[in-house]
Amino acid sequence: MNLQRRFLIAVPYAWLLLLFFVPFVIVLKIALSNIALAIPPYEPTLSWSEGWSGLVAFFRQLDFDNFVFLTQDSLYWKAYLSSLQIAFFSTLLTLLVGFPVALGMANAPERWRPMLMLMIILPFWTSFLIRIYSWMGILNQEGLLNQLLLWVGVIDDPLKMINTNFAVYIGIVYTYLPFMVLPIYATLEKLNPALLEAAQDLGCNRTQSFWLVTVPLSKPGVIAGCFLVFIPALGEFVIPSLLGGSQTLMIGKVLWEEFFSNRDWPVASAVAIVLLLILIIPIILFQRNEQKQREAEA
Amino acid sequence: METQTASGDTLAPWEDATAKPLISFRDVSKRFGGFTAVEALNLSIYKGEFFALLGPSGCGKTTLMRMLAGFEAPTTGSILLDGVDIAKVPPHKRAVNMMFQSYALFPHLTVAENIAFGLKRTAMAKADITARVEEMLKLVQLENFAARKPHQISGGQQQRVALARALARAPKLLLLDEPLAALDKKLRQETQFELVDIQEKTGTTFVIVTHDQEEAMTVATRIAVMDHGRLVQVDSPDRIYENPNSVYVADFIGDVNILRGRGRTRTDGKVEIVWADGQPGLVGTSDEPLDNAECALAIRPEKIAISSTRPVQDANALQGAVHDIAYLGNTSTYHVRLPNGQILKAQETNSRRISKRKYTWEEEVWLSWSETAGVVLTR
Repeated sequence: MNLQRRFLIAVPYAWLLLLFFVPFVIVLKIALSNIALAIPPYEPTLSWSEGWSGLVAFFRQLDFDNFVFLTQDSLYWKAYLSSLQIAFFSTLLTLLVGFPVALGMANAPERWRPMLMLMIILPFWTSFLIRIYSWMGILNQEGLLNQLLLWVGVIDDPLKMINTNFAVYIGIVYTYLPFMVLPIYATLEKLNPALLEAAQDLGCNRTQSFWLVTVPLSKPGVIAGCFLVFIPALGEFVIPSLLGGSQTLMIGKVLWEEFFSNRDWPVASAVAIVLLLILIIPIILFQRNEQKQREAEA
Repeated sequence: METQTASGDTLAPWEDATAKPLISFRDVSKRFGGFTAVEALNLSIYKGEFFALLGPSGCGKTTLMRMLAGFEAPTTGSILLDGVDIAKVPPHKRAVNMMFQSYALFPHLTVAENIAFGLKRTAMAKADITARVEEMLKLVQLENFAARKPHQISGGQQQRVALARALARAPKLLLLDEPLAALDKKLRQETQFELVDIQEKTGTTFVIVTHDQEEAMTVATRIAVMDHGRLVQVDSPDRIYENPNSVYVADFIGDVNILRGRGRTRTDGKVEIVWADGQPGLVGTSDEPLDNAECALAIRPEKIAISSTRPVQDANALQGAVHDIAYLGNTSTYHVRLPNGQILKAQETNSRRISKRKYTWEEEVWLSWSETAGVVLTR
């Protein structure tokens, strides 16, 4: 291996080291520390002036108390579980909405497709926060949706939608829909239309050829889309705090409160580390799926 | 190769007026917007035939096939399969299967699963499906590849899986859309004979779409030459080659020299053609009498003899200079320039290993052929 190639490979590794591994070690260190009324609000802090013995004393003070604490207070595991549940169901909902959208796009006449693609991506041109605030306006007690339903006469009293899990689901599905649509669209667009004709020729009606050909062949896109929604939804903080109510329990919110309201940096760090460990499993599965697909295409 | 003699069948059912066709197109037209792909077409295909639709791209042959498969419906006219109009029958309910040009093998299924795919849509019992898949695998000699995925086998093997899959449901009619186009030349030639073998073994009626005239000649019992949505000639390969009904067919199938002029039928039935000032008249055969009508003499290069002195017997003899020599190994084609500038091609078989060419560039030679060697065409 020559110098140039080594350098090329070194760049992404340096990036990962600097922006992932170093921060991770810092957060891990804080998670192993104890809360203190000081600046920074934890101890011990590392000081080099005392030499070797100082270093030993420093490591002696680190412990797993914060992680043990997470298992003792039911708030935490409930928040993790509830986050997993919300992330899972919103991924499922996004898939149910996103798949037909992607299918429609892939079957649209070729000259329309760039336009449809643009319409999927267009919302990203507005700030994420502003879009979530508009949903608050829509889902409010006196919001657009309630007014519309009252006017149509479907309901007599305004529905309580804002500050519920329902609003959180809407927010997540809305926000992450493009991440579901685009990978599915990419696989469906590559699908050879002759395969569907072959299925029909061999005795499938349209429904059968959809389930026996279209769905299995769009699997890589579906898996990619699901992970792209599930992973960020699990740690989502903005949507549950703006659209969710007091009973909406998500780990991102807990983390925020631990950090900013309680100023308990060590516990907040421990929460973050556990969240990372939970996320690593789907990320590894996602990577494996991507690699398998690459191998199949090669 | 054209001898499918199931008991009682005639050798050429199309010549038997009482034979009932398996497929008949009746005044079928197909238009896509303003474009007419197929125009007022009438055609009968009989059971057990290996029928080739031949023509350049855009001639309507693929549209014709897709109408048989059910992927397109005729704009006007009707298509009968076994006497029943199939216009309203959707593709998945037709006793017709198709082998796609791209093979369209399901990439997520194994070879065996691909072949079983169509069988699983029927009421067939599981054990029977397994047996039928085995049988098909054996037919195309892929027993050892049953568990492979399509991307794990070669192009030639994929082609055979596609064939087995299409044949598995024992269709009344098998459609083959450019089945060998993706194979290299040697494999294509071998596979042509395999196709004919399989067609004879299964007794299925095959309709093949191809733009490759050699392929059509090799496999087909009859060839339909198409141009701009119409049938130009429907005939057996040898008649298409030796008795083309138009300059278009003569030119499309094989190599041909076309000499244009005016023809008059002589008392002995042969046609004499005056074709250029100061050149002797040419003699050929024609089915219809001509009286000073515009016509063309079509003569195949291999039917023209080349010599350095004027031959005595042949009725037609022209002198020219060798313009170009194409050495093809088994044959050599001489391009001979006539005094009026026209180039005629004459082919010689290289039956002996020679170190020296008989004729060389710019050498004066004689071209000659018999009265019956050339066909006079008026279209």
